[in-house]
Amino acid sequence: MIRINCPVCGSRDENEFTYGGDANVVRPAMDEAETGPWLDYVFMRDNPRGPHREYWHHVMGCRQWLMLERDTLTHEIGDCILARGVA
Amino acid sequence: MSEAVSALNHAEFDGLAHVREIGLQGMITLRGDLKTKAIKNAATKATGLSMPAMNCVETNEANGLCWMSPDELLVMCAYDEVGSTLAKMQKTLGKTHALAVNVSDARAVFQVSGPFAREVMAKLCPVDFSPEAFQPGLFRRSRMAQVPAAFWMCDEQTFQIICFRSVADYVFELLKAAAQHHSEVDYY
Repeated sequence: MIRINCPVCGSRDENEFTYGGDANVVRPAMDEAETGPWLDYVFMRDNPRGPHREYWHHVMGCRQWLMLERDTLTHEIGDCILARGVA
Repeated sequence: MSEAVSALNHAEFDGLAHVREIGLQGMITLRGDLKTKAIKNAATKATGLSMPAMNCVETNEANGLCWMSPDELLVMCAYDEVGSTLAKMQKTLGKTHALAVNVSDARAVFQVSGPFAREVMAKLCPVDFSPEAFQPGLFRRSRMAQVPAAFWMCDEQTFQIICFRSVADYVFELLKAAAQHHSEVDYY
């Protein structure tokens, strides 16, 4: 069982949260005309074995979007901050 | 005018704990920046309560103020006073960027009471219900099995639970199963 340290609510069970995607992807500028960057943005994801930055939504709690670091190998949760201002 | 009826119309169950749907409860969602003075005033003046701290609830006989999230409060009052309370709040809010909406008929409210109330709740929610961790005054949004729920304790042996009206039947069935006779775990 993963426990996530929500910056608003404190330590909460994973099943109050929902995964919100890879936090490493950066959207290309809206006037980007090349298809390559958009292809990368929409489809291409790393699949790291180790620390991974990701978005989570505290959907059954304070309903805030969070950004945290999760180790995909050990499920260890690192720093967890509000996603506001990051994205 | 049609007669308003709550989701399960005061359904009750007696088991390990007493479970009952409390009937109609006035509820107003107030959204906005909770640090704004007008929003604080709208909530506190309409209820006669002070602003609840994070993850806390303030109650008196008639009203309640629940901290839902950094930008949301739940204002509770008598069902037939929602109109006047809402009007009072709107007046205080004025042109402040905020939202106050009557959600009374979108929700259902249950009460679980008795010496085993903590156990019944602990079977359904991923929450530490030990007396040291969860006490009257705290307000918690979480889940009950598959659905979102919010709850607090009115006293040492009584929980009040809010869920969506559409899942009221599901939550009642859950509570009945968790409160079956002879199903005590004797954990707390």
